[in-house]
Amino acid sequence: MAAHHLAQVNIATLRAPLDGPELAGFVAQLEPINALADRSPGFVWRLQTEDGDATAIRPYEDDRVMVNLSVWASFEALRAFVYATRHLEVMRHRRQWFSRMADPYLALWWVPAGAVPTVAEAKERLELLARQGPTADAFTFRVPFPEPADAAR
Amino acid sequence: MDSVPPDRDLAAIGLLQDPVRRALYGHVAGASGEVSRNQAAEAVGVQRGLAAFHLDKLVEAGLLEASFRRLGKRRGPGAGRPAKLYRRARGEVAASLPPRTYETAARLLAETVEQAGADLELQVAARRAGREAGRQELATGPPPAVERLLATRGYEPYREERALRLRNCPFSSLAGEYPVLVCAMNLSLIEGLLEGIGEPAGRAGMDPGPDRCCVAVRDRPKATSKDNQD
Repeated sequence: MAAHHLAQVNIATLRAPLDGPELAGFVAQLEPINALADRSPGFVWRLQTEDGDATAIRPYEDDRVMVNLSVWASFEALRAFVYATRHLEVMRHRRQWFSRMADPYLALWWVPAGAVPTVAEAKERLELLARQGPTADAFTFRVPFPEPADAAR
Repeated sequence: MDSVPPDRDLAAIGLLQDPVRRALYGHVAGASGEVSRNQAAEAVGVQRGLAAFHLDKLVEAGLLEASFRRLGKRRGPGAGRPAKLYRRARGEVAASLPPRTYETAARLLAETVEQAGADLELQVAARRAGREAGRQELATGPPPAVERLLATRGYEPYREERALRLRNCPFSSLAGEYPVLVCAMNLSLIEGLLEGIGEPAGRAGMDPGPDRCCVAVRDRPKATSKDNQD
């Protein structure tokens, strides 16, 4: 079994209230896309409340900002889900639902296999990425770093 | 950047001047899977030995890749030698005169559009450009078949179930770095193209998969069973 899994966080700022007409399209695809993630190869875990998704969680003072946090068996598994499934079609509409945020709004990092990241840790990784640019501790799809060769950190 | 492309790229492209080599390369590059020497020789109409000679030259130049695989079911001693199979090499070969590096500019433009969050504006622009290109096709003759139209634009369409899928992404490396932006742009471009040649709306959609472009073009709905496909 691999020693590490890949954690990902992304944040997004809602353009309009989640229960309004502008976000209806986004809300409609939440359940099917989460279900797709759950059964995708390499999926390990995702943040959710008892509603079955993470939309009730507000990690920042600005309560328009939502968070998505998940863990995958490999970089390729995550990349395949995000960009090579029906998820891509949903992302095509992102500007209809979410405002453009300052970079970085997405961070990837390696966790010991079986570890579940917290929202607090996820926020730290985003801050790390903002301060240092992509490093082994927090990186992006465009500038990835391989799984650590040594003992899990 | 020198005024003359690197030797390796020039040599690779130069190899294709020979019509037999060009035909062999075209056959292998256009095939959906791997091709054996026999298959390639037969498809092009040359002797197996000559095909092998040219195919190996293409491998040497980096245009094709070769692997060995047992084609039949027999294994163990007496099962025969594995066949040498060819497929198009990964990676890109290009030469431009005078020197041009549009990818550098494309990357900067994509980065800026991404930072500005101008996805929708890009989609609108792409759709408009596609529509215009489609209309130009109509201006020069009868409406082209969708498959032909996409083939001339480098998408390498092939039929699968009730749709056309596209083997090649003309923006591959850029799409690799900006997938959401560039794939959405590409879909809008193709939507515009189809609209421009007078096709009913809604035929093109996102359908990503490994080793293919993310867009698929569904067949026309079965209103007229006669020429349903295109």
